[in-house]
Amino acid sequence: MAARIQVPAAAKRGEVIEVRILIQHPMETGYRVDHVGKPVPKNAIRTLTCRYNGVEVFRAAMSPGIAANPYLQFYTVAEASGELEFFWTDDAGTQESARQPIVVSG
Amino acid sequence: MKHPGRRRFLAGAGGALALAALPESVFAQAAIDPVVQSVVRGAPVKRGRVKLDLPELADNGNSVPVKIAVESPMTAADHVRAIYLLSERNPERNMATFQLGPRSGRAEIVTRVRLAGSQRVIALAELSDGSYWMDAAEIIVTLSACIDES
Repeated sequence: MAARIQVPAAAKRGEVIEVRILIQHPMETGYRVDHVGKPVPKNAIRTLTCRYNGVEVFRAAMSPGIAANPYLQFYTVAEASGELEFFWTDDAGTQESARQPIVVSG
Repeated sequence: MKHPGRRRFLAGAGGALALAALPESVFAQAAIDPVVQSVVRGAPVKRGRVKLDLPELADNGNSVPVKIAVESPMTAADHVRAIYLLSERNPERNMATFQLGPRSGRAEIVTRVRLAGSQRVIALAELSDGSYWMDAAEIIVTLSACIDES
């Protein structure tokens, strides 16, 4: 599923940057039924990690208590140019990833 | 706290003087509920340093914006290790756990949660020295996120 990531395109070394990620995912609670009354199985993104040039800088363990299409905003220190990589896994076992480049000056 | 009833009675009987004499930590202990206990397992939890921003009223519990900010220099020696977002009434009490570190720079998270009814939401921060800090906020949810077949 699609994800939208927003980080500043350019930052100074040592600057604290804001990272925002929005993932398209239903975060099914497992308490809903479909139009024929069949329960919709629980399916939520359980883990999301963010790596900055291969080093893990953020990790989130989530549950259906996080709204559908989970949005997360967190911070990280701009260390070097490179990319931020995101990895997430849901209850259905789907593993996905997304990446966003960043340019660090100074 | 083993005998909350007795302690409350004693505090009442002793009057304001006895109440004032109680150390601050006693009040902090009293604030601990089972939801928090499931995470801290007996460790003391202090109030403060954590700021939980939540609307007072939500028309719809399906998507409620939440902001958690923890006062911390976020250095290698002194940083926030994890932030727990706990719910009193959701089927899954631990809505989310965020792991941070010195590379975070700032201990602040913004997200959107799903709430099954009016309740108290708790943000709990675990610091690198092993101490726990919390903040709680009451929210009224007009239409709760469906946990039954509605």
